Amino acid sequence: MGRAVSLARSLLPFLVALPFLWALQRWSPPYPTLVLRYVGINIVLAVSLNVVNGFTGQFSLGHAGFMSVGAYATAKTMLALADVQLAFLPEPASDAVLFGFALLVGMAAASVAGLLVGLPSLRLRGDYLAIVTLGFGEIIRSVIQATPPAFLGASLGLSGLPLRTTLIWVGLGAVAVVVMARRLALSTQGRALFAIREDEVAAEAMGVDTTGYKVRAFVISAAFAGLAGGLIAHSVGAIEPTSFDFKRSMEAVVMVVLGGLGSITGSVVAATVLTVGLELLREFQDYRMVAYALMLVVLMLARPQGLFGTAELWDLWRRKRPAASAASAGPPGGAA
Amino acid sequence: MTAPALEVRRVSMRFGGLKALSEFELTLRPGELVGLIGPNGAGKTTAFNALTGVYAPTEGEVLVAGARVDGLKPHQICARGVARTFQNIRLFRELTALDNVRVACHAGAASGFFGAWFQTAHHQGEEARILARAEAYLAVMGLSHRRDEVSRSLPYGEQRRLEIARALATGPKVLCLDEPAAGMNASEKLELMQLIRTIRDRFGLAILVIEHDMRLVMGVSERLLVLDHGVTIAAGTPAEVRADPRVIEAYLGDAYLEERHLPAPASPPEGGGPAAGAGAP
Repeated sequence: MGRAVSLARSLLPFLVALPFLWALQRWSPPYPTLVLRYVGINIVLAVSLNVVNGFTGQFSLGHAGFMSVGAYATAKTMLALADVQLAFLPEPASDAVLFGFALLVGMAAASVAGLLVGLPSLRLRGDYLAIVTLGFGEIIRSVIQATPPAFLGASLGLSGLPLRTTLIWVGLGAVAVVVMARRLALSTQGRALFAIREDEVAAEAMGVDTTGYKVRAFVISAAFAGLAGGLIAHSVGAIEPTSFDFKRSMEAVVMVVLGGLGSITGSVVAATVLTVGLELLREFQDYRMVAYALMLVVLMLARPQGLFGTAELWDLWRRKRPAASAASAGPPGGAA
Repeated sequence: MTAPALEVRRVSMRFGGLKALSEFELTLRPGELVGLIGPNGAGKTTAFNALTGVYAPTEGEVLVAGARVDGLKPHQICARGVARTFQNIRLFRELTALDNVRVACHAGAASGFFGAWFQTAHHQGEEARILARAEAYLAVMGLSHRRDEVSRSLPYGEQRRLEIARALATGPKVLCLDEPAAGMNASEKLELMQLIRTIRDRFGLAILVIEHDMRLVMGVSERLLVLDHGVTIAAGTPAEVRADPRVIEAYLGDAYLEERHLPAPASPPEGGGPAAGAGAP
């Protein structure tokens, strides 16, 4: 009974989103669809980075590195499965299952990378962690460039990837990352991450295993960056090491900071605004990056805490708290 | 006879050539309230840091309810039943009063991240228990009305009380309070000391209090330890300590008067408060 309810609660957001995504996929013209796909991928990227930078307060600059691990792992899996069709399913369903599987492989690979980077580097903090993660991102890129061309394509990258990334996949990914982050933020595990952000020494003294939680936050964040990578790979159809360079990491950081460190909806809005904004500015070609940079400068001057600070959109209609619950709590059950 | 709540055996703390604490000894039984006093830089906070795991003691042993805890990490020592507050308030500033306490109820949480994501029944039960506990501890410290306020916006005295509520919520056997009354006026201090006694009686805790105000701490604790330059120079009942010539020399002399005009400048042996111990081994 309880199990069924919790399963239903877990699947509900996806079931609600699915018809909308399907309708969009079906009737939206190609260009808006393309932009929306990028919006969704950037939402996955920004919200996942927010778990590390915003929730836990650990400044990571290597998100593109995890993205590339996810992209390459997904792409290699898809290439390996190119001729496979699940016999018991019709072709479209079989393709969907295989792509879902490949995305999961990408997430797993990226989370392993997150663990490998997280374990040694999370003893550092602040600027030092930022530099280490930045270095890590560059190492991944160099390693891929140095591998034999037959394996990961070296500098040329992998091309001819099947274009499987639809709006539905991207939308489900975005819903997944938002649900993941929101449930985390409302849980005791999420509060442990916030405590680390606020005061690491005090968090440790209050029984929070700070190292363990930081590593876990890193792994989760990396996994979803890997998902974003896998989605990009099969949206464009080709990946190369330079698609995931430092600039890409910076873009993600900008989205998180702009939306407000620690605000999930802030990241979602910032990812949307920046992605759509950059597209709209295409008409002005030469002034595009100038306008973009100017917008950031103005926003940071006007609202240094980001658009939302740490607030969330859904707080607006959840303000009314039951006042009775405070009064009804009994005395604590003794010292134990 | 049961094991004491806290037993500290010949603990020394060395920082390079400096011996900030030497052969510190202390036995706390459940329900005991002991004061730790001494001039600035005497090693009081160092002693706290050594027994809560911020530093690993250079020598000696720390036992909680008969089990060794020295060398463990602070969160492990917290789980064994030692909770503390900080000299310079260290609340989770951007979190609400309730969430500050809920973080401290976290230790026993076993449902993990997947429990949170899939909203398992186990996880939800745990969240409900944590909420009830946190609200109860807020009520004990008279902070229920501040439940949903961000902790940094609370008045100073309430921040101090919230720190105690947070420490209590970890479910300790031993509570270490580092100058809980610092910055309060005389009547607030008295009120707080009464509250600390009430907590001790209600939860049967062993409490160790660092306090600068001699008179206050003498009034409230059964036993006192006096530190000076890291050495325990006196121990006993308030009356005994008051009569001890070494205490008068070390503490009630010039230094004492000076301190009253210059409150709490962080002095080198105390490492400028717990912040310096952030990168503890």
